[in-house]
Amino acid sequence: MDKDIDVILKKFKPGRREELLPLLQEIQETNGHLSEEAIVKAGRFVGLSTTKIYGVATFYDQFRFIPSGKVCLKICNGTSCFMSGSGAVINRIREETGFEAGQTGRDGVFSYEITTCMGGCHHGPVLSVNGEYLTSVKPEQIPDLLKKLKFIIEND
Amino acid sequence: MDDLKKFLTEKVLLSESDTLPPETEKMLEVIRREKTDKPVIYISSGTSSIIAGSEKTWSEVKNYPGENSKDTELVRVGCNGPLSYEPFMCIQLPGKNKLFFRNITEEKVEPLLNGIFHSDISEEDLVGQHGNSGFGIWQGIPFIDELPWFALQKRVVLGNCGCYDPESIEEYIARGGYRAFMKAIRHYTYDEVCTIVEKSGLRGRSGGGYPTGLKWKQALNTATASRYLICNAKESDPGAFTDRTILESDPHRLVEGIAIASYAIGATTAYVFFRKDSPVALGKLLGAIASAKDYGLLGHNIHSSGYNLDIIVRAEPGAFVCGEETALISTLEGRRGMPQLKPPYPAISGLFGKPTVINNVETLMNVPLIMQNGPEWFRSMGTDTSPGTKVFSVGGKARLAGVIEVEMGTTLRSLVEDIAGGIREGKELKAVQMGGASGFFITPENLELQIDFDIIREKGLSMGAGGLIVVDEQTCIVELVRYYMEFIRNESCGKCIPCREGTSRMLEILDSVIRKPANEDSGTTLERFKGVMQLETIATVMKDTSLCGLGQSAPNPFLSALNNFREEFEEHIFDRKCRANVCRGLRTFSIDVEKCTGCTACASKCPVNAIYGTRLQPFFIVEEKCTGCGICFDICKFSAIKVK
Amino acid sequence: MLFTIQVNNRKIRAEKGETILSALNRNGIIIPTLCRMKDFTPTGACRICVVEVEGRENLVTACSQPVEEWMKIRTHSPRVITARKTIVELLLSNHPDDCLYCDKNLNCELQKLAEELNIRERRIRARKIKPRLDQSSHAIVRELSKCILCGRCVRVCEEVITTTSLDFINKGSKIHVGPSMDRDFNFSSCINCGQCVMVCPTGALHEKHNINEVQEYLNNPEFMKIIQYSPLVASGIAEELGIRYNREFERMLNSILRKIGFEKVFAAGAGTDICLYEIAEQLTEKVKEKHDKPLYISACPAWVKYAEQFMPDLIPELSTVKSPQQVTGILIKTVVAAETGIRPEKIFSVSATPCLAMKFEARRDGMMRKGISDVDTVMTVRELARLIRLYGVDVSNVAPEPFDEPLSGYSSSASLTEVSGGFAEAVGRLYLFMKTGKEADRQMFRKLRMSVSFREVTVNSGEEELKIAVADGLTGLEKLKREQAAGKNYDLIEVMTCPGGCVNGAGMPFSSARDEKKTRVKTIYLADDTDAINTPSKSPVLINIYEKMIKENKEISDRKIFHTHFEKRDVLL
Ligand SMILES: Cc1cc2nc3c(=O)[nH]c(=O)nc-3n(C[C@H](O)[C@H](O)[C@H](O)COP(=O)(O)O)c2cc1C
Ligand code: SF4
Ligand code: SF4
Ligand code: SF4
Ligand code: SF4
Ligand code: SF4
Ligand code: SF4
Ligand code: SF4
Ligand code: SF4
Ligand code: FES
Ligand code: FES
Ligand code: FES
Repeated sequence: MDKDIDVILKKFKPGRREELLPLLQEIQETNGHLSEEAIVKAGRFVGLSTTKIYGVATFYDQFRFIPSGKVCLKICNGTSCFMSGSGAVINRIREETGFEAGQTGRDGVFSYEITTCMGGCHHGPVLSVNGEYLTSVKPEQIPDLLKKLKFIIEND
Repeated sequence: MDDLKKFLTEKVLLSESDTLPPETEKMLEVIRREKTDKPVIYISSGTSSIIAGSEKTWSEVKNYPGENSKDTELVRVGCNGPLSYEPFMCIQLPGKNKLFFRNITEEKVEPLLNGIFHSDISEEDLVGQHGNSGFGIWQGIPFIDELPWFALQKRVVLGNCGCYDPESIEEYIARGGYRAFMKAIRHYTYDEVCTIVEKSGLRGRSGGGYPTGLKWKQALNTATASRYLICNAKESDPGAFTDRTILESDPHRLVEGIAIASYAIGATTAYVFFRKDSPVALGKLLGAIASAKDYGLLGHNIHSSGYNLDIIVRAEPGAFVCGEETALISTLEGRRGMPQLKPPYPAISGLFGKPTVINNVETLMNVPLIMQNGPEWFRSMGTDTSPGTKVFSVGGKARLAGVIEVEMGTTLRSLVEDIAGGIREGKELKAVQMGGASGFFITPENLELQIDFDIIREKGLSMGAGGLIVVDEQTCIVELVRYYMEFIRNESCGKCIPCREGTSRMLEILDSVIRKPANEDSGTTLERFKGVMQLETIATVMKDTSLCGLGQSAPNPFLSALNNFREEFEEHIFDRKCRANVCRGLRTFSIDVEKCTGCTACASKCPVNAIYGTRLQPFFIVEEKCTGCGICFDICKFSAIKVK
Repeated sequence: MLFTIQVNNRKIRAEKGETILSALNRNGIIIPTLCRMKDFTPTGACRICVVEVEGRENLVTACSQPVEEWMKIRTHSPRVITARKTIVELLLSNHPDDCLYCDKNLNCELQKLAEELNIRERRIRARKIKPRLDQSSHAIVRELSKCILCGRCVRVCEEVITTTSLDFINKGSKIHVGPSMDRDFNFSSCINCGQCVMVCPTGALHEKHNINEVQEYLNNPEFMKIIQYSPLVASGIAEELGIRYNREFERMLNSILRKIGFEKVFAAGAGTDICLYEIAEQLTEKVKEKHDKPLYISACPAWVKYAEQFMPDLIPELSTVKSPQQVTGILIKTVVAAETGIRPEKIFSVSATPCLAMKFEARRDGMMRKGISDVDTVMTVRELARLIRLYGVDVSNVAPEPFDEPLSGYSSSASLTEVSGGFAEAVGRLYLFMKTGKEADRQMFRKLRMSVSFREVTVNSGEEELKIAVADGLTGLEKLKREQAAGKNYDLIEVMTCPGGCVNGAGMPFSSARDEKKTRVKTIYLADDTDAINTPSKSPVLINIYEKMIKENKEISDRKIFHTHFEKRDVLL
């Protein structure tokens, strides 16, 4: 992981603040989160204090500071999906997993995020798992879905 | 391939005359697949289509074992139909009109293709035939342009969407693409291009309606070494999907629009501030930019005009407020995306302190058309003060949700009832919500409202970026307002007090309206009522004093809901009743002694331990403790739990 | 260019380019502000300063909006007042309501605004913010629930102090101010200068209190209670207690402190004189050895921490002499202990300072010998004033008394060290005095008294030149580095963290107006011109210490205890 960050940094020009976000985005995409090390290195690279880097990164929803789960569910909470009942689905996921959106379970299996309209409004609520879409999701489906995903992960 | 590029560059892009010689046109027809002796199958490929299963359809078609398949051309196109038609497929047999089928999921592929190749067309999923291609007509099959969805729309900005392969710049050029840009850089000065756009009367499509040409001129007339153009493809509204659809279906036109706009203000670097969570759209956009570079349409000294242009795509890192101009600039500069004070306005001092023009995707999509067809053509559409068309993404409970483009001046009624087909499943229309989280509710009586910047503003409303949510009677207005308020509360940047604190307070008060506190006496009811009274003051002060548009418009959904649906609020507050029966917090649960078997299932699951009883005796619910979550209702196998 | 605008139906003169606020203020109209800071570009965060401008749809912020000729402004219309009042009510709706217990009580801008806007009822209710207290730092306490997110601390720390140890974290309702990675303060790059405390309009940032500890010891007969205070403290106390300051007040303060229960009252200036002497010797040594590296004065503990964190390469060049507070402290625990016959562990030694960083300094490694701290507790001027009020001393009615022996006086050079540039000047003068035996011409150091962030001077001692540079605030450091990079060499460099020096220290009264601070500086310069004893080596106290005490006391005879060491610090930068 150490190396990854340095490899990524090589692609950018040092000392340019406008490169900060693309740089952090790439680290986030590669590692799934921004570690303290990443923040320190990015700070040194761009020439800003880590306080600033952390301040900037926490402003944006994209960045996480703990690793995401092996499976990350994305639940659409756009207006149409909300009207079709995405709230209940989110509640159910929260109850089943026991943590909030943006967090990761202790076993590191799941994390989930809430997004705005994904474009499948007519088929809402929409949920995506590792790039696969599920449509017209009902809260009742959640326990089984999570069980199935966990099984797949653990037997992988 | 290189021959094609050479041909398109020399004979089309660099052609001096507006009309091309017939032999060139003929070639272009082939590229446009208007002259083809192979069957062509078009499959929709946008995110919406993928969600509905188009990728599976695609591989099913690929694997189709029928005898004709080898000679069949398969094309991924963008989208042009309602979301409920996804995934759609168009089939064009040689010499015959294109047929449009809807909801072709993988299992339907084989029977459909079996039928088609034996001239046996399944009527079930058929929408109609395209009537404008000058090919043989299918007898007895309706023309899709006559269906309200197409007939009542004016698809100009969306003109190319769903018609061609968005990954092929060749097809785009064959459809007249990039000729406007070439014209601009070879024959017009910066100022002339601004003037043409100014004359056309084009106004910013992000909702404000600010005259685009004027904005460009302000930037152009600010003396400096460099200027920037930013295409705002952030699409912040939680329920909108127009920009994404455009990017997925016609990215080349956007690139051309950006190129022309950059030229008009003398910018040599343009940024696209791109909405996150749209990998498909991002791929298409990057592809379009790469192929434009390949064609020498971007880069250094574009086709010897002396003009240089780079387009840089930046993915938005996730914050609603970054759609606001000054916040967007902060983000591009690598700062927290907090809005800044204006003045100075970005057109004078924006990105890196340089004059910067920020335009919406739809605004820029209009630009190549205006350059090509002239300002008069543009003014011939729409109303006097709002010429042109407007694209909406219609969602919610509309029967035919999707991206819809209408001429300015069209009424909302026509848009919602005629084009979008009214409400799904025969329910009643309650309201139309325009402008997303900062928008307004419009009740059925007011649907005659014309779509026009000034008319809408005079009514005290705002058009927004094009999100339109159709609300039916099964939706609780209070809960929907709360939904918007929660969204805004989370997305406020937190910089200024009225917005940061105001949205939190409003959300808390709305929460108290849709949830029942554990113990309530009449005093608490009064408190709650006082809370709602305070909401109005808070809302007014937020509008009056917030730093940026987000805070200024945050109270809109609440205020307009209160105006139009006051009785629904009162019911919630005083009668503790939700007429749409959605506010879980207001429901009362009780156990039917007759039916309860005393199985204990409910009691063990109640999260607040509100259910008591002895095994095999009827159980009961302590109303004061119950939060109305409804879990017991779902659990009870004997239907012993009653809801009121 | 001057023009006329209309305000509240009357005409006032305004100047092109100025803000509405400045035009109004010049014409005697006061508009409340909260996020604004003098000399900083406005951010428009608080919206308290809104006014009504005819023709504008929304209210506009006076602190940022430039005046224009067409403007018709209403500053206190019902609409404006409702807006301002609602904004403050929104802030108060979830505020902890902790005024009676709050550090900023009676100094709080939020409290003052609520009073000014006549808020007499809680109309907007909300759940109170959960208290979140960060007491990890030795100098500063953060009470996040009282923060109104005006951003002043963030800006001071970034733009004035340049350590950027604070920033906004998160957004929307989760936004708060904190150090890197949202850790506790003691892990951060904060150098404890306390300038953020000085600008914070509420009790969200305040010094760590040591009053209780002091009180405890005051009541404990087993300990000998000793207090030292620096020359600036007396003027600060006078201001806090609302008394006109003159130099006689210092002697009154001595008797006040004795009334409270301090058995001995010492002048920290005596320690300063020793510091000056030690540093002047180090400088002499350096010059003699033809060292090409400069000697950095290390009297400002915030600057020292800064160097340890950000410029570790420079540590060998930092003067090893302890700060005046610590030197005085060590003398108390050695010489005074020996003289009075009380074991050092039975001495409770308090220092009152205009500085917050000294609270941290007293807890540094190397500030303790054999388990005995050089200084036991550090109090700010504000805390000491509180203690005086607590003990009910009628300050208008005390007889002046001298300091206790042996640390009973100091040269005017010692007072000078509390103004930026003064330390370098004092060392320079002493160096020349030691070299030539003659008083240096003060005019030679004139340039060190200017008011720019970086100053330098070359003084001629006859045989050689002495090059002195002064960084006034850490922004001056940038300029210094640039000069050095361009090849300039200096012999002596002074860096003070607080712009202007300790006169603007974070232990001084909150309320000080700019003019008051200027007067403070003037008084110090004036004293330096008039005092008979203006060089440390002329001070009888110093002479006594070096000639007699050091010789008599084994513990300190090698003078090593006046020195300390510095080390690279690992914090999140
Ligand atoms: C909170 C907020 C969010 C916004 N989001 C968007 C957005 O997502 N897309 C957009 O094009 N404009 C958005 N805008 C408007 C932009 O600030 C800007 O006015 C617009 O991009 C100008 O383009 P136009 O002149 O072409 O309409 C937003 C404004 C505010 C106040
Ligand atoms: S109105 Fe809201 S989003 Fe805009 S600056 Fe203020 S807090 Fe930020
Ligand atoms: S509705 Fe929920 S809270 Fe109420 S009794 Fe049933 S399970 Fe318990
Ligand atoms: S689950 Fe139904 S039957 Fe069983 S105890 Fe509860 S109410 Fe009675
Ligand atoms: S910060 Fe001010 S308003 Fe808040 S408790 Fe302290 S004194 Fe009172
Ligand atoms: S001012 Fe009011 S609240 Fe404060 S102590 Fe006096 S009576 Fe109590
Ligand atoms: S004490 Fe000084 S360094 Fe520390 S946070 Fe405050 S201003 Fe910054
Ligand atoms: S801590 Fe104080 S200065 Fe800093 S933002 Fe909060 S209230 Fe303002
Ligand atoms: S300049 Fe003075 S008051 Fe400020 S930190 Fe340094 S020693 Fe303390
Ligand atoms: S709102 Fe969920 S897909 Fe559109
Ligand atoms: S028709 Fe495909 S998304 Fe609209
Ligand atoms: S003082 Fe003007 S906005 Fe805060």
